[in-house]
Amino acid sequence: MLTLSDRDRAMLNGDHGPAPQLAMSILVRMADVYGARELMDISQAHIDSTIYLGDATLEFAERLASLGARVAVPTSLNVSGVDECGWKDWAVSPEWAAKAARQMLAYEKMGAVPTWTCAPYQTHMRPVFGQQIAWGESNAIAFANSVIGARTERYPDLLDVCCAITGRVPAVGLHVSENRAGQMLFRLAGVPLALQQDDQFFAVLGHLVGKLAGDLVPVIDGVMATPTEDQLKAFSAAVASSGRVALFHLVSVTPEAPTLEAAFQGRTPQQTVDVTSDDLRAARSELTTADGRELDMVILGSPHFSLAEFRQLAPLVEGQRADPRVKFLITSSRLMKEMAAEAGVLAPIVGFGAQITLDTCILASPMLPPEIRTLMTNSAKYAYYAPSLLNTRVTFGSLADCVRSAIEGRVVRDESLWRNT
Amino acid sequence: MAEHVIAGRPVVEGEAEGEALVTHDALSFWGGYDFQTGEIIDRHHPLAGVRAAGRILAVPFSKGSSTTTAVLLEAVRAGTAPAAILTTGADSFFALASIVAGVMYGKSFPVVALEVDDFARLRSGERLVVERGGTIRYSRST
Repeated sequence: MLTLSDRDRAMLNGDHGPAPQLAMSILVRMADVYGARELMDISQAHIDSTIYLGDATLEFAERLASLGARVAVPTSLNVSGVDECGWKDWAVSPEWAAKAARQMLAYEKMGAVPTWTCAPYQTHMRPVFGQQIAWGESNAIAFANSVIGARTERYPDLLDVCCAITGRVPAVGLHVSENRAGQMLFRLAGVPLALQQDDQFFAVLGHLVGKLAGDLVPVIDGVMATPTEDQLKAFSAAVASSGRVALFHLVSVTPEAPTLEAAFQGRTPQQTVDVTSDDLRAARSELTTADGRELDMVILGSPHFSLAEFRQLAPLVEGQRADPRVKFLITSSRLMKEMAAEAGVLAPIVGFGAQITLDTCILASPMLPPEIRTLMTNSAKYAYYAPSLLNTRVTFGSLADCVRSAIEGRVVRDESLWRNT
Repeated sequence: MAEHVIAGRPVVEGEAEGEALVTHDALSFWGGYDFQTGEIIDRHHPLAGVRAAGRILAVPFSKGSSTTTAVLLEAVRAGTAPAAILTTGADSFFALASIVAGVMYGKSFPVVALEVDDFARLRSGERLVVERGGTIRYSRST
C-alpha cells in the first residue's frame, strides 16, 4: 500500500499546477506497479524521452511543455532525433528534422540542460557515489549504477521526465542498498591477460554477460586487466543492449565490489557461469553480421565519443587519409567536440576525412543514405542494433581495425589475439 | 476441447482477445519492433519477421533500450500494438507504455504478470481471452 507525503498529495491534487499533477498521476500508478510503499527524493535526472520517434513522442513532450512543465532537479538530456546544425549533410527529411527539433525545444523549455548526449556521465552533470538519481538511457543507467555507484532504477522513456518534473521516484529497486547485491557470478576461466587487455575485450564481455544474465545482477570475477573509463562505457552499453542489465559489479574494479563477498553483500550466487576464451570468441563473432570485405562506412561513438577517445584516435589517423569510397563518421556531443578541438586532437581527425555528427546518432536519426549497406564499428551497441534498425550488415573490430579498414577501403581485422589456438 | 484457466496478476487492467504469440526470449521494442508495421524486427530474436500487432504477446520481460516504452506508445497511436502483453514479472516498461497510452489516447492495453509455470503453458497460435481481473482463458483439445 502506497503512502504519499503531503507534498506528493498536493501535486496529485493539482496544487502545483497541471504538469506536476499529470506527472505525479503517472508516477503514482507506476509506484503501484513497482510495489512501492512510498516515494523518495532524487537530486538529478537524465531524460531519454528526447529521442523523436514519431507523433506520439512529440505529442507527449509538447503536452507536458504546454502545461508549463519545469524540471524540479538538475536534469540532462539524452540524444535527440536530429543533429540540429548538421542534418542537411545527410538523408534526414526536412519534416523529420522540424518535428525532432520541436521535441528538443519542448524539453529545453522545461529547464533541462541541453547536453544532447547518451553519455551524460562524461559531462559536468556526472553524478557521485551514492547519489539518488532517475536516469533513462540503458547504457547510462548501467554506467551510473555500476561504475559510479549512483543509484537509479532502470527508468524508461516517458517515466524519466515524470520523475524529473516531480523530483520523486518510487522507493524501490536499485535505489535500495539490499537490492544492489550481486545475484549471478561470471568467472573468467583462464582468459589470458593479453586478451583481456585487447581494446575489444570489455565490449565483447558485456555482450556475452547481457545475454546470459536475464533479470539478475551480474558479478564478474577474474578481471586482471585495468579497464579505462571508455572500456567500462563500452561494457555498460553492450550489457544493456543484449540484456536488461541495469547494475553490474566487476570485482576489484567497480566501487560496490572491492571483493567478491562485498559484491554479493555476503549472499550466495543464484547461478555461476564460467566464461572461457572460446565463449568470448563466439560472442565476438555474433557481433559481426557482414561476411566479405565490402565497407561503406566506419561508425564510432555509441555511446557518444569522449575526449579520451578523440585523443586515442588522433595519433592513429595523423597524416593519413581514409579511402574516399569509405565514410568515416563519429557520433558525439557538442561538448566533447569542442573539448577535442581545444585539445588540438580534432584537426588530424578531420584531416583524415572523418565527419562528426552531434546531438544524435545513426540509430536515433534517419540520416544514412540507402547506399550505405555495410558498416564497421568498435561499438557493441551499434553492432547489436544496426542490423535490425538500419538493415545494414556490420563488422565489429577494434579502433585500430576500423582505422586501417577505412584507409584500405575494405574490412581488415587483426585476428591474432582472437584466433582459435 | 477442455477449457483452461490461468490466474494472472493484472499489472495494468483491461480486456483483450486474440491469438497468442509466445516467446521465451526477452525483447527490446526499440530496435526490436517496427511500429509502422507491428512486426518484430530484432534479428537476434527468434520471432524476427513475425507480426505481433493485434496479437496477445507473451514475452518474459523487456530488455535493452529505455525507448521500448516510447516505441510501444507510437504503436498504440498507430494501431499496431499487441492487444495485450503477458509477462513473468511485473514489467515496468510494458506497464508504463500502457498507462501513458491510456492518458494520451484513452487506449491502454492489458499487461498481466503470470507465474513462470503458467507462462510455460502458453502456446503460440491458440486463442486467448484476457479478463479484467487478470484471468486468462483458452481451450485445448488435450
